[in-house]
Amino acid sequence: MTASRPTSARAWRQAAIAAALCIGGAVHAQETFKIGIVSFLSGQAAESFGIPAVNGAKVVIDAFNKGAAPAPYNKVGFGGVKIEPIYVDENGGATKQVQELRNLYDRDKVDAVLGYVGSGDCLAVAPVAEEMKKFLILYDCGTPRIFEDNKLSYVFRTASHAAMDNVALARYLKAKNIKVQTFNMINQDYAWGQDSKKDFTLSMAKLYPAAKPGEDQLPKFGAGQYGTEISALMSKNADITHSSLWGGDLQAFILQAGPRGLFKRSQVVFSAGDHVLPGLGDKMPDGVILGARGAYGLMSPKSALNDWWWNLYSKAYNVYPVQAPYRMVQSLLGLKLAVEKAMAANGGKKPTPEQLAAALANSEWDSPAGKIRMALGDGHQAIQETAIGKTRYDAGKKMVVIEDIVRFPATCVNPPANMKSEEWIKAGFPGATGCP
Amino acid sequence: MPTILIDALTYASWLFIVSLGLTLVFGVLKILNIAHGSFYALGAYTAASFVGWAASLKWAPGFSIVAMLLAAVAVAAVLAPATERALLRFFYGRDEVLLVLVTYAMFLILEDATKLLWGANPYYVSEPYGMFGSVSIGQQTYVGYDFVLVGLAIAVGLLVWWGLNRTRQGKIVLAVMHNAEVAASMGVNISRVYMVAFSIGIFLAAIGGAFTAPMISVQPGVSVGVIVVSFAVVIIGGLGSIQGAAVGALIVGLARSLAVHVAPVAELFSIYIVMAVVLMFRPEGLFQRTQVRKI
Repeated sequence: MTASRPTSARAWRQAAIAAALCIGGAVHAQETFKIGIVSFLSGQAAESFGIPAVNGAKVVIDAFNKGAAPAPYNKVGFGGVKIEPIYVDENGGATKQVQELRNLYDRDKVDAVLGYVGSGDCLAVAPVAEEMKKFLILYDCGTPRIFEDNKLSYVFRTASHAAMDNVALARYLKAKNIKVQTFNMINQDYAWGQDSKKDFTLSMAKLYPAAKPGEDQLPKFGAGQYGTEISALMSKNADITHSSLWGGDLQAFILQAGPRGLFKRSQVVFSAGDHVLPGLGDKMPDGVILGARGAYGLMSPKSALNDWWWNLYSKAYNVYPVQAPYRMVQSLLGLKLAVEKAMAANGGKKPTPEQLAAALANSEWDSPAGKIRMALGDGHQAIQETAIGKTRYDAGKKMVVIEDIVRFPATCVNPPANMKSEEWIKAGFPGATGCP
Repeated sequence: MPTILIDALTYASWLFIVSLGLTLVFGVLKILNIAHGSFYALGAYTAASFVGWAASLKWAPGFSIVAMLLAAVAVAAVLAPATERALLRFFYGRDEVLLVLVTYAMFLILEDATKLLWGANPYYVSEPYGMFGSVSIGQQTYVGYDFVLVGLAIAVGLLVWWGLNRTRQGKIVLAVMHNAEVAASMGVNISRVYMVAFSIGIFLAAIGGAFTAPMISVQPGVSVGVIVVSFAVVIIGGLGSIQGAAVGALIVGLARSLAVHVAPVAELFSIYIVMAVVLMFRPEGLFQRTQVRKI
C-alpha cells in the first residue's frame, strides 16, 4: 500500500499536466480578438456617458459573437473570431489612463483599444499608442486638436470632433430665422467648455455679425449649484443662452433655471443635451433647442440598421439609446469592417496593427446615425451628419419628443481636410456644401 | 447689488450646513473627515428614496420635507455610530495624516457602496423645490426653496450653538474639544462624546445632501464638489469653530457671488485667493486661537 502511493501521486500529477495541456490547447485553438474598452465606470461622467456606452458595447459585442447583427455586420465576431472585451474604468485622470493603456497592450495583450470620453485623456493616450505602435480608436472625446495638431498612424477617431456641434447650432438658428441680437453663454471651465464657447462665438460672428456676446459664465466642472450664475444670466437678458453643459451639471442647471424662468426669458440652446431627456421627462422645459453631437437618439435617421440597434438597446436596458451608446456602436461597426477587411488581406489571420490601421484609414461605413467617413486627419478622423431640434414634453407618450429637426450633412458642419476647424469657421466655412 | 447679496446668502447657507458638520467633527475628534462629502451624498440618495416612497404611498406633498429630515436622521443613526465604533476609534491619538488617509479610504469605499446600492442612474426629487413658490426681487425671480435653505442654515447653526453653549451635555463636548485628557480625568466618557459628536457631524452632512437633492440630479460624483469648497470654508473660519464656519461660508459666498457677477472667469480663483489672504494674516483661521504645541 505504502509503496503504491508515490506511483499513484505521480500518475495523478501526470494526468493533471496532460489535462492542463489539453485545456491550454483548446484555449489556443479558440483564438479571440481582444478589445480593451475604456470608459467612465465611476465618477461624474459615468451616468451620462461611460455606463450607457459600455452597456451599448455589451449588447453589440454579444450580437456580433452570435452573428446576430444585420448585414454586412453579420459574420460571427470579427471575421469568425470571437470578440473578447476587457472593460477598464476611465476615472482617475490622464496619468492613470496612460498606465492602464500600457497594461492593456503589454499585460492583457489586447489587439485593439477602443475608448476615452475625456479630451484630456485622449490627448494623453494618443502619443502612447503611437510610441508603442498599437492600434487605438478614440470613440467619444471632442477636442479637434488631436488630429489637427498631430499626424498619427495608429490612432483613429470614429466620431466627428466638437466643432460640428456648435457650427450646427448656429446654423440651426439661422435656418429657423431666429432673431439674435445678444447671446449669453454658460460653459464648464475646462477644455470642452472653452472650446465649445469659442466655436459657438466664432460661428455666431459669421452667421450673425451684429449679435453681441453678453454674459460669459464659466462654472467649474461638477459645480452643482448654479443659483448665482442663473442670476447673472438673467440680469443681462439675451435673446439666446448657449451652453455645452452635460451630465449632472446640465441636469442641475435645468432643474434650477427652470423654476426661475430663464427658459421663458431667453431661447436656451444646448450643444450636447439629448442624454438628459429620458431622465428629466416633464422637468425638461419645452422649446429648448439642442443637439446630440451627431444624429443620435430621438434625432437619429430612419433606417433598418438604426431600428435593429434601437430595439437591441431598448429591450436590454428599458431606455432608448442616447449619444454615448450611439458613438460606441458606430465605433465597433467601423472596427468590425476594418478587422474583417484586414483579415481578408492577411489570409484569414488576425491582422497586425499596421494592417488594421491601413484598413480603417479613409474607410466609410453605415452606422445607426448615418454614414461615417474617415475624411479628415489623413483618413484618421471621422465626419458625420448631425441634427438639431426642439424639445416638447408629450404627456400622452410620457416622454420628451424632439420637433423641428433640421439635418446637416457632414460636409456642411465639418471643415474640409486641408483646414483646421477654427480657421475654417473664421474664414466663413469655405467649401461647406449641402447646408439647409 | 441686492442680487449679489441674495446670491451670496443662498450659496453661503448651503455651504454652512455642510461645513458645520465638518468643523464640528474636527473640533471634537481632531479628524479632517474626507468622507464628509460621501455622507452628504448618502443624505441626498436616501432623501431621494424616502421622498420617492412617500410619493408612491400618496402621502401629502408636504411630507416630502419630513421625509428629507428623516433621511438625514437615518443616515446619521445607522452609519455614523457604525463607522465611528467599527473604524475610527482604532485610530484616535494616531498621526493626523493617518486619519486623513483612513477617511479618504472611507470616501472611496462609500462611493462604491453608494453606486452598488443605488446604481449609476440619476434620481430626481424636484417636487419639494417648487413647493414654496417663487419670489420676485427686481429683475430676478427666486425660488422660495432657496430661502427655506437660508432659514434651515440659521436654525441649524443656532441649534448647534445653543446645544454646545447652553446645555450641560454641550459643555461637556466643549470640555473635550479644549482638552480631552483633562475631561477624561474629570470622569467624562470620551468615547460616548466622540460617537455623539461624530453622529451630529454626519447628520449635518446628510441634511445638507438631503435638502440639496431637490435642486440637482442625484448621481455618482455629487460628493466630490462639495467637499473641496467646504474645506475652504472651515480653513477660513478656523478648523473646529462654529462661528468660523458661519463667517467662512458668508465670506466664500460673497467672494464667489461677486466674481460670478463681475468677473466670471475668476469664480474659482476668488474663493482660494480669499483663503490665501486670510491664512497670510491668520494662519489658524479667523476664529481659531493660536495653539500651544505640546512637546
